[in-house]
Amino acid sequence: MFAGFMMNTWLVATIVAPVAGVVGFFVVLRGSAFPAHAIPKGAFAGAAGASLLGISTLAGLAVFSVLGALGIGSLGRRGRHDVTTALWLVMMLALGAAFLSRTTQYEPEIYSLLFGEVLGVSATQILPVAALGLVCIAAVTVLYRPLMLSSVVPEIAEAKGVRSYRMEICFLLVVALATAMTVPVVGALLIFSLMIGPPAAARSFTDRPGLAMLLSVAIALITVWAAIVGSYLYNWPVGFFVGVLGAFSYGIGRAWAAWRRSRTTPHAVSQLRPAIDRG
Amino acid sequence: MHTLYTWVFEPGFFSNAPVHAAALIGGVVAVVSAVVGVFTVMRGQSFGGHALSDVSAAGGSGALLIGLNPLLGFVGLGIVGGGVMDMIGVRRVRGRDLATGIVLGAAIGLSALFLYLDTTSGATTGATQQILFGSIFTIPSGTIWFVAIFSVISLASIAAGWRPLLLSTVSTDIAAARGVPVRLVGLLYMLALAVSVGLSSLAVGAVLSTALLIGPAAAALRLTTRLGWTLAVACLVGVGATWLGILLAYDSYYWGSGHRGLPVSFFIVAVVFITYLLSGLPAARASRRGAAPPGLRSEKRGTSDERRGKAAPSGAPEASGKTERAGDTACSRVS
Repeated sequence: MFAGFMMNTWLVATIVAPVAGVVGFFVVLRGSAFPAHAIPKGAFAGAAGASLLGISTLAGLAVFSVLGALGIGSLGRRGRHDVTTALWLVMMLALGAAFLSRTTQYEPEIYSLLFGEVLGVSATQILPVAALGLVCIAAVTVLYRPLMLSSVVPEIAEAKGVRSYRMEICFLLVVALATAMTVPVVGALLIFSLMIGPPAAARSFTDRPGLAMLLSVAIALITVWAAIVGSYLYNWPVGFFVGVLGAFSYGIGRAWAAWRRSRTTPHAVSQLRPAIDRG
Repeated sequence: MHTLYTWVFEPGFFSNAPVHAAALIGGVVAVVSAVVGVFTVMRGQSFGGHALSDVSAAGGSGALLIGLNPLLGFVGLGIVGGGVMDMIGVRRVRGRDLATGIVLGAAIGLSALFLYLDTTSGATTGATQQILFGSIFTIPSGTIWFVAIFSVISLASIAAGWRPLLLSTVSTDIAAARGVPVRLVGLLYMLALAVSVGLSSLAVGAVLSTALLIGPAAAALRLTTRLGWTLAVACLVGVGATWLGILLAYDSYYWGSGHRGLPVSFFIVAVVFITYLLSGLPAARASRRGAAPPGLRSEKRGTSDERRGKAAPSGAPEASGKTERAGDTACSRVS
């Protein structure tokens, strides 16, 4: 399991998980699960386009995920968010279908782009992934306060001069970067599970943002490591384990929250609790 | 004249059997999706509608694996997924987002496994592409009956709960106050949505399923305010886009020298997307002509909220003035 050819995988997975945990924390906080699903999925079209043009997959992914973020952000300003996100997503996927029909791409390659491939990580991928990861973390650190403010209390943020539209675009761009770096390992579809499951679980364990973020990173790391082990042992796709473990950790979080509520809080407060939790 | 005709309709378009089947099934799917989609867009559940297409794709790939009819897998797992989303909390906007995300994440994981086993068992080649993108031109002829039956089920459950569904869509609070079983109505609607999405994912692929569900309905809601007209326009846009897409895809085979053709889903989605963009023009022009001085941002936002409010149906029963205002807040809360 720790043989030479697996080391790249372990390394990249360990870079990917914290980034997904941190970015995902804000995804859950802002309730922007749909964009977080749409950007990676749409970026898949970029990978197909890149293989058609014969350029690097990572470049194609990066271009299309940024395109997706900008499209979702700017269209969402005019119409309803969920509607424009859905339509922009299907448009990008349709482009992907068109690209695919032009290439003679071998099926397993498409599959590994979508669902990830543990053994497919090469040494040359580590540097770009690490660089993108650093940029993501740096961006979140710089944006931390305004982003937190505009996520939790948008009205106050607006009054303090934080433009929510600009914040939304910045945040979507961070999601886009995180997408581009993680796709090679867990795949375009499963990065979403990694950005939703662990942070959602972490939030039901604690209400304090800093702690929740740390916890979210920890759960994301455990999820990815366990997924690699499972994938190595059973030879099943890594994406399966990531997806199922993500949902599983959320289930545990919910159960724990329910148990704690029933034990510690009086009845009247426990009835109010869900409303407070959801803000 | 004749050259123009053959330029628009390349030779053999009207005598081609796959084209007939595609036009028929595509038309039925477009109508069902448009009707269900109007409610989906008004309820702000586009994410749920899209997620169900991925959930049902997991069911479809699972069914392929154990040798069942994929349609049963598509619709079956779609219904289960919709039920779970409803159970975790689809009613509140924030909780809904998360619940949908969790179910979606698990479903994608499952389809990763099923598709992997499908491709490695070698029973089916091209499973990934077939499940994800589908093709309207390769529908087996026996599917038509299934499509018809499930369409009727989906439309019938919408029709059965018509008035309570409409009321609880416009305002959950008013509906609950009037004694509408909001939870039950929501479940009924989820059933209709799951059946229609599963059906269209199988027939036209997961990508197109979302496009046909959301696109025509959203465009229609931006163009008209009356519910009847909205439904009619949505159906018209859906069927029109589907048929135009089929025609373009057929013609594209003759473009250039390669004789490769472009996928039909690409053309249908492109037509739907362009229609949606164009449908925003009248409202944008109206709001530009409207009084709001350019400097006042809050003023401008007020008019766009009004526009959204207008998109809520005014055909809701009795207390119309109050309902409209409630619809207004419901819509802005959702967006």
